[in-house]
Amino acid sequence: MARKSNRMSKKKPARAAAHSSSTNGTKTAAAKWVGQPIRRKEESRLVRGRGIFVDDEKMPGMLHIRFIRSSYAHAQISRVDVSKAEKFPGVVCTLTGAEIKKQVQPFIEIGPGGAQKIADYPMAVDKVVFQGEPVAAVVAETRLAAEDAGELVEVDYEPLPAVVSAEDALKDESLLHPAMGTNRNWHGVFEYGDVEKAFKQAAHVVHIGRLHFHRFSSTPLECNVIMANWDPRSGDIEYHCNNTFPSFASQFLAPALGVRIDQIHMKSFDIGGGFGIKITSYPYMAVCALASRKAGGRGVKWVETRIEHMQASAHGNERVFLDTRVALDQNGVILAIDSKHVDDCGGFPRYEPLGCVIWAQVLPATYRLKNIRIDMHQVVTNKCPVGPNRGYSRMQHLWFMERVIDICGQALGIPADAMRVRNYIRKNEMPYKTPNGCVYDSGDYASMLEAAKRLIGWDGWKKKQAAARSERRWVGLGIGSTLDSGTNNFGQARIINPDAPFSGQSKVGIVKLDIYGEVVVSMGSVPQGQGHETAAAQVVADALGITPDLVNVRPGFDTAHNAYTGHTGTYASQFAVTGLTAIHGAAMKLRKELSRLAAWKLEAKEKDLEFGIGAQGPEVRAKGTQKAINYWALANLVNVNNAGMPKSLWDITLNCRHVFHANFEIPDVQRKYGNLTLTYAAQIHAAVVEVDRETFQPKILAYACVDDCGKAVNPRIVEGQVHGASAHGIGAALLENCAYDSDGNLLTATFSDYTPITAMNMPELLYAHMESPSPFTLNGAKGMGEGGAAPVHTICAALQDALYPSGVIIDDSHNTGDSLFHALRKAESGGYAAMVRVEHRTASR
Amino acid sequence: MNMPDAKKILVRVRVNGKAREAEVEPRTLLVEFLREHLNLTGTHVGCDTSYCGACTVILNGRTVKSCTLFAPMADGGEITTVEGLGIDGKLDAVQEAFAECHGLQCGYCTPGILLSTVQLLEKHPKPTDEQIRKGIAGNTCRCTGYQNIFKSIRMAAAEMEKR
Repeated sequence: MARKSNRMSKKKPARAAAHSSSTNGTKTAAAKWVGQPIRRKEESRLVRGRGIFVDDEKMPGMLHIRFIRSSYAHAQISRVDVSKAEKFPGVVCTLTGAEIKKQVQPFIEIGPGGAQKIADYPMAVDKVVFQGEPVAAVVAETRLAAEDAGELVEVDYEPLPAVVSAEDALKDESLLHPAMGTNRNWHGVFEYGDVEKAFKQAAHVVHIGRLHFHRFSSTPLECNVIMANWDPRSGDIEYHCNNTFPSFASQFLAPALGVRIDQIHMKSFDIGGGFGIKITSYPYMAVCALASRKAGGRGVKWVETRIEHMQASAHGNERVFLDTRVALDQNGVILAIDSKHVDDCGGFPRYEPLGCVIWAQVLPATYRLKNIRIDMHQVVTNKCPVGPNRGYSRMQHLWFMERVIDICGQALGIPADAMRVRNYIRKNEMPYKTPNGCVYDSGDYASMLEAAKRLIGWDGWKKKQAAARSERRWVGLGIGSTLDSGTNNFGQARIINPDAPFSGQSKVGIVKLDIYGEVVVSMGSVPQGQGHETAAAQVVADALGITPDLVNVRPGFDTAHNAYTGHTGTYASQFAVTGLTAIHGAAMKLRKELSRLAAWKLEAKEKDLEFGIGAQGPEVRAKGTQKAINYWALANLVNVNNAGMPKSLWDITLNCRHVFHANFEIPDVQRKYGNLTLTYAAQIHAAVVEVDRETFQPKILAYACVDDCGKAVNPRIVEGQVHGASAHGIGAALLENCAYDSDGNLLTATFSDYTPITAMNMPELLYAHMESPSPFTLNGAKGMGEGGAAPVHTICAALQDALYPSGVIIDDSHNTGDSLFHALRKAESGGYAAMVRVEHRTASR
Repeated sequence: MNMPDAKKILVRVRVNGKAREAEVEPRTLLVEFLREHLNLTGTHVGCDTSYCGACTVILNGRTVKSCTLFAPMADGGEITTVEGLGIDGKLDAVQEAFAECHGLQCGYCTPGILLSTVQLLEKHPKPTDEQIRKGIAGNTCRCTGYQNIFKSIRMAAAEMEKR
């Protein structure tokens, strides 16, 4: 539109019709677009079926790979024979674990000590440790040939006893990784305040038996997909894949494959959901590269099937909470918690044991207690390895804390809402330093709870509940408080392993004017539906005084854009802070360069310039004059028409890169103390649930969510993220479960068994948003999107409320008609009598 | 299983109003036929077992899960895929409503949900909430929690009524 003109506009700037709603250029610094619920840029291609997902793409001469996987959870491999498969028409080559072992180094282990002795190869070498672990692979001209030939691979196993529960793993009777000498791959005690003194002063001590947070996963609708090409000429590896933390993957892949990290090229475009779990696809990325090399440098594509995804990609962390003691004062204010937690990371740690510290970002949850001792363990078991799953590691702990609040409240006869209000951190205590040195930036949990109660009609439901109970109906009301800590400090890895060479947080944004003056943004993030293109365009539009439709944001991630650091990826609820601040910084650098150029060309002072949109598109003009220069002319001056430019302007590139840094210190490793995260978004949910007297099936009667993520950059996207996180949580609480039998067979390896939540069982969500701007970020925004599994806490609370009069204690995060039937039978026989024990010690005070 | 020289079958269909054909192995799934042989990649695969509906297309006026039909079963049929919605690049009412109501996030399930919605609104131009839920019961979305999908369908119905 504007680029055809190379003359400065002499006319009074007129408003182009297409941008009639745009800024008049006089308020370039004000947030005009940030904060607006504008329609996403992404929708246009996606509703046309024009998204570009990895499996939509092909490489010339591309081959297909098929994995042969273990049917056993734990076994020695005594024989692998690929000879028949190799003779199958169309097969180019095969790979076995034993062969791969000679070609690669085992992956880096993050854990210290014995964990360093785990040998994690991309395929099983001499034993398998989970069902579905890849043992061999077939590479063929077509997908069908690879599948057929895969059936001809023969593998003999000698089964070993499977270790399925965390408690059994701790017994060390059957070892997964004999070199480690134990199944416990991490242990540490997190102790703050004076726990014993608090117990001595307590009016009540509540003892709580075993609580269990179940395994579920992200199950994005698009499985893992990888295209790899290891070019024999350059030695470079090209990946087109949907891994969502490319910097982490390449730091694991480069040493394993023996290449320089700059030889790994990675790109994504559209990704069909991720929610964390796609971070852990790097073992398969290694195999695909090795297959490409063996095939003489032809591209290799792997499209994971759903069963493969369910058995052998990654699951969320499972955790048990044992021997919990809670000290409370006479009003139900919690003084101290002492508990033993055992996290179960499956067959290999991989991203773990980072989860053993990440929960500590929310150590006291939303509560004020000062004295805490958590004896934290992590074990390996013969199940699928875990990976970050929406709400990663914090949701397990937050669920535990919410169970503690509700169980103590019930035991002491204090209503769930009053129990929370008495214990919540107060608005006027923000920013609030937690006992372990984290800083909650802002929030008003009590007001959020009030809003949630209003939204759902809490008082009305209380009356309905009383009426329902008189009819012997099981109706319960529940509250769930949760935190979504965002922008993590990688320094917390030092608490896991003092030698871990990570700390801080960074992200890159690049904003440039291309040769014809188009504004082009390269992001350092790996979006999977979160609308990063739109939010980035809003930020850049404000910085330059233009409109988001004039900002061209490159979809997806590409190492070729050079918009990455070692922290680059999409994880830990942070784009609104890290990614957007980087992009804003780059846009402001570009603005400065444009300003210097325009001042020279327009013979004006920089302070007298303004940015906006003129008749010939985006421009810079001299206030109060007719002088203006559009972006085409500015880009032209630098790129193709630069004779005569003064030397003082030669540093201008119009290609501006900015790196965001969070102001973090390295935590005190001895005390396990320090600021682990920059922002704390919160959600408070309320639910009414009824358990059917005939079928024991739980049903949600009403559901309300209140979120506070500081300033919402795009409220439409924020609300959508809350909806999505809520659906994940409701699904997890009532439907979705990675259930294993005692031999380590996954019983829910298809969607028909895992039953992801559908439109038929998703309740209507009542929604409200509050804004407590973060004092620590640009625009006051906080990262959000993971959501902290609020529904898991909320539904468990409501079920507890419904069934407590019948003697049931909700001790598991997953509840179905079947499990509730058994819980009620157990209650009838007094099975929960020993589960919760209350000592009243009022006299001792 | 062992079919390297399997006889190929010619499959002829009309897709989005155009005659298309390809020779395929009889075991080729309809979704593979569309994606791999006709290069219509808007139709996706999510679960392989007919649960998620990412592969939903309209065959002879009815929505089908194209991962659960062999391509030869569609021979002679009339197929609409997401690429066939809208006219001359302009969004139709259903696409427009989804874009306007943020009825999608990652967009992977969207093609299937759009086609289920088209079918739903043909049957029930003024759908009740229950009819909306049932209309997309066979489509899984992992991103939106369905709320904005319900909203999109209501908006599409209202817009289509105006026309």
